[in-house]
Amino acid sequence: MVKKIYFQSIFFSFFFIKEAFAAESGGMPQLNPEFWVSQIFWLILTFGIMYLVLSKLILPKISNNLESRKSQILENIEAAEKQRENSDAKLKEYDEIISKSKLEANSILNQAREKALKDIGAKREVLENQIDNEIAEAEKEIDALRKNAPDKINKIAIETSSELLQKLIGAEVNNSSISAIVDDLYKRNGDKYYGN
Amino acid sequence: MAANPMSQFDVYRIGPEIKVGAFDISFTNASLFMILSTVSILLIFNLGSKKKSILPNKIQLLAELSYTFVSKMISDTAGSKAKPYFAFIFSLFMFVLFCNMFGMIPYTFTVTSHIIVTFVLAAFIFIGVTVIGFIKHGFGYLKLFVPSGVPAVLLPLIVVIEIISYLSRPISLSVRLFANMMAGHTMMKVFGGFVISLGIIGGWLPLSFSVALTGLEILVAFLQAYVFAILTCIYLNDALNLHH
Repeated sequence: MVKKIYFQSIFFSFFFIKEAFAAESGGMPQLNPEFWVSQIFWLILTFGIMYLVLSKLILPKISNNLESRKSQILENIEAAEKQRENSDAKLKEYDEIISKSKLEANSILNQAREKALKDIGAKREVLENQIDNEIAEAEKEIDALRKNAPDKINKIAIETSSELLQKLIGAEVNNSSISAIVDDLYKRNGDKYYGN
Repeated sequence: MAANPMSQFDVYRIGPEIKVGAFDISFTNASLFMILSTVSILLIFNLGSKKKSILPNKIQLLAELSYTFVSKMISDTAGSKAKPYFAFIFSLFMFVLFCNMFGMIPYTFTVTSHIIVTFVLAAFIFIGVTVIGFIKHGFGYLKLFVPSGVPAVLLPLIVVIEIISYLSRPISLSVRLFANMMAGHTMMKVFGGFVISLGIIGGWLPLSFSVALTGLEILVAFLQAYVFAILTCIYLNDALNLHH
């Protein structure tokens, strides 16, 4: 589209140039060789100076700028990558520390539990021993009491019988004979009375 | 200004007449605009290359974008061997572009609308490319005129055509730029003349045309500079990478 307009415009412009030539007799100033040498001279001078300044001074600077920017961007990317690697490593380290400390904490907990269990076991043993001792002592005492009980009862029986006899009969009765009777009775029927 | 649409292309002397031998090298309006173009190019690119900031400012960005634009154009069309000629093609592109663009300002002179200027540039390019071709390939450079895969019967004809097309390169290159510039500026002047002659009632149509043409001419100014530079690259490619 642009091309079409462009070529059309060129075509029409040539048409207008013809018109202009028809109207004026001057012709194209471009074809007048009066200033050709001057134009060539100034073209070479200005273009030459511009080329020299651009190629020697300015373009190397621009290319330097572009290069340094590129390299700096690359450097920055590299630095960023390095930092990321660093942080990754640190994260790993951190994870390791955390898992290690978890393990440590677990082991400490286990140790403490074991120790506590051991302590409790030891204390329980001591207590059980004590209790056993006390039970044994109490049993001994009970046994002793039980063993002594018939003797005491026999004594009481003898004394009571002797006092009853004294009051009934009015005469002193030999204690030994009473005790002999009681002993005899005890031997015969002790089991029935005391239920041993 | 005169009503003649061609009078804008008149070259006139500014200041005294300077003569070196038989040659008149007086300072003219053409010289003035050549100097203006080159000075503004040097100014812009000097400012654009001064600071070395990572984040470029506007003028630095402009310079760097132009640099990468031209360097990409050269590497795309002529390959990596054309790198030593980067500065020349860059200067050429910038010179033509600035001369064209300066011509778009009213009452200015368009340096590139003169056949002698474009022809000198094109002839220099032509001679330079031919010399580079012969230095790089010796007489093998003449193989450029003998395309491979052509039947032997057609070969004489083809060689003649190739030689003619090669020799017409400077003419086509220079006339293309000169004719485009002259035609566009003439057309704008003619439409401007119509605005005046048709007056307040009928002048609006050519005025709107003039406005549209201004946009088109700015496009053409850039396009012709680009075409000039890229054709130079293509010729250079022929000379550097001979493969026919």
